[in-house]
Amino acid sequence: MSKQEFTITVYTENQIGLLNRIAIMFSRRKINIESLNTSPSEVEGIHRFTIVINEFEDVVRKLCRQIEKQVEVLKAYFNTNDELIWQEMALYKVPTDEIAEKVKVERLLREYGARAVVIRKDYTVFETTGHREETDRLIKALEPFGLIEFVRSARVAIIKDSNGFHEKLKEFEASEPGEELIENEYLDKASEVFTM
Amino acid sequence: METLDIKKSASGAKPATPAAKPAETKSISGSEAVLEALLAEGVDVLFGYPGGAIMPIYDALYDYQDKLQHILVRHEQGGIHAAQGYARTSGKVGVVFATSGPGATNLVTGLADAMIDSTPLVAVTGQVFASLLGTDAFQETDVINITTPVTKWNYQVTDATEIPAILAKAFYIARTGRPGPVLIDITKNAQIQKFDYQGYTPCHHVRSYRPKPIIRKEYIEQAAKLINAAAKPFVLFGQGIILGSAEKEFKAFIEKAGLPAAATILGLSSLPTTHPLHVGMLGMHGNYAPNVLTNECDVLIAIGMRFDDRVTGRLDKYAKQAKVIHLDIDPAEIDKNVKAEVPVWGDCKETLPLLTALVEKKSHDEWLGKFRELEKKEVEQVIYPELNPTSEQLTMGEVLKSLNELTGGKAVIVTDVGQHQMVACRYATFTDTKSNVTSGGLGTMGFGLPAAIGAKYGAPDRTVVAIIGDGGIQMTIQELGTIMQFGAAVKILILNNQFLGMVRQWQQLFNDKRYSFVNITSPDYVAVAKGYHIEAARIDARADLKTALKTMLDHPGAYLLEVMVGKENNVFPMVPQGCSVSEIRLS
Repeated sequence: MSKQEFTITVYTENQIGLLNRIAIMFSRRKINIESLNTSPSEVEGIHRFTIVINEFEDVVRKLCRQIEKQVEVLKAYFNTNDELIWQEMALYKVPTDEIAEKVKVERLLREYGARAVVIRKDYTVFETTGHREETDRLIKALEPFGLIEFVRSARVAIIKDSNGFHEKLKEFEASEPGEELIENEYLDKASEVFTM
Repeated sequence: METLDIKKSASGAKPATPAAKPAETKSISGSEAVLEALLAEGVDVLFGYPGGAIMPIYDALYDYQDKLQHILVRHEQGGIHAAQGYARTSGKVGVVFATSGPGATNLVTGLADAMIDSTPLVAVTGQVFASLLGTDAFQETDVINITTPVTKWNYQVTDATEIPAILAKAFYIARTGRPGPVLIDITKNAQIQKFDYQGYTPCHHVRSYRPKPIIRKEYIEQAAKLINAAAKPFVLFGQGIILGSAEKEFKAFIEKAGLPAAATILGLSSLPTTHPLHVGMLGMHGNYAPNVLTNECDVLIAIGMRFDDRVTGRLDKYAKQAKVIHLDIDPAEIDKNVKAEVPVWGDCKETLPLLTALVEKKSHDEWLGKFRELEKKEVEQVIYPELNPTSEQLTMGEVLKSLNELTGGKAVIVTDVGQHQMVACRYATFTDTKSNVTSGGLGTMGFGLPAAIGAKYGAPDRTVVAIIGDGGIQMTIQELGTIMQFGAAVKILILNNQFLGMVRQWQQLFNDKRYSFVNITSPDYVAVAKGYHIEAARIDARADLKTALKTMLDHPGAYLLEVMVGKENNVFPMVPQGCSVSEIRLS
């Protein structure tokens, strides 16, 4: 078994300080966070963290249990890339005169699915959305034309197998959870379970 | 947003009878709300130290002195260790107050200690006015972020209306599930602010927090099957038994299935030491038989313990032959260090009876005999010489032996950290639960004296003996002042070997006897104690040992006895670091 990219999805209460509480779970183990995104989730009032790390599966599993143990965390899932639909967004600032002179660029952009967000006399900002390799490729393509600024967002990811958190939340809201709870199950149904 | 959630969850599950409350609405301050919360939670004793940012709470406390006993410690670290000692002997939540800045940072060691040893605490710290947060105000520190890794939960209150619900949540989180420390930081404005108080509603449910995992019958069945089929089953029990109040359930379980059982350091006293199935203590300085036979058993049943590295030694050579059944309330403990064949998640007070019902009545006499056989070897080579020394100098072991004879194993033994701790835990006999208070996970020197003070308040009718080394006593010796002022009848037994003995032992064994800064000098402890108006004596002769211990125990109040012991005695057996448990050394 080797290290691979895992995406950890954490459903939490909206609580000040929780980002730190979760982040230190990684730094304590000297694990570098490749990307981290916090956003609202499909359920009002519930936050969703999307964290990407490169690690061994065993480490990620233990880490998710430790994260889930935090009082304000409802659930932590971890997935490999083939279990996810994910995107990152990137912005590129290039000098407008360079772009205007070299018509090729326009075709280049079409090729990379980019669009112009702002076009000014002095600079133009392009945006593209996709996997890391796609946004990386556009950097390469724009570099010869004097890339002024580049920034990429964290990964946002949808879990293919997930039915969302609405039903799950009901279990948490009940003080005595039901028997169907998908927990403690990794032993006898290991293949079906993608959470702890 | 969060406040609303908390209020909802605090009152959601079991609403208080609505008819009883509404007329009582009155205007009180945030500080009064804190103290009302403590009363509602059944707190009778708390430990603390005042300061600028917590003054409004102390001002309110002035009017609550008849209902809440506040023990003024000499240092906040002493306060939190006392709260820990209180929690450990009483089984209740320990409470400590401290001011902002240095007051709060002085709590950090105790929080870390309580976190790793699962001790239920609520620490309340004062904080600068909310308007000053982030301005480097006088005595401002970012207490929430400093304490995040060492608390089960923490929260900063900036508005008094939050206080009742937040404290209810704090107590609920501290004591339920796997217990732990909770810190509530309250800004000064919130302490002063008056608000419409609608009474206190205890918290029973927090939606994002599940204290007990759901018990799965199939795992109980699998575990029972393994135990019933085992020829050489072996039980390891930890503090989970005590925290879950499952002593009876545990005893019934091992007795029915005839299972030899060994304790972790924090599991000690949950089963009487003299119980025929009790085969000793695990770990680096534990007993010979349980360490060696860990690597021979066929089914290893771990109950309420977490496979600390001091218990397992080298992990890749730990119980590889055994199928492991792990009972724990904390799902994160399963597979953390040792892979479990059958994870029995849940509160052991509930899971143990289910398991007991399914296990067959058995006795494993031959297997138990193996423990006794190895024990004989340890007695011959280590225990007998330690307890009956021929040397002129006293050994720590014989002090414990005499103490056992005088207390009958009924005393609460509080220890600090080091050689004396290992000797005390090895040789003290325990007849009752909650009798062993020690800093297990964090190994906090300086824990002993303040923890013993708290332990005495937690178990006022019991004899509390604090066994402390000459290093550890000097770390928190100021708490003698607390004893002087409030009169906790703690028996302080200093085992003085004129060294930082455990580090010296390692330097002797592994660093060619290069004794680097372990030669520690001591003040005249008798004079120091007397300066604090505490009776004291010092002995170095075997002939005086029993009388001196008896005088200490019979004395009506606190008493300090310094016993001079052999300078370079070592604690054995020992599993050297990086070695397998079966490579345990007897000398």
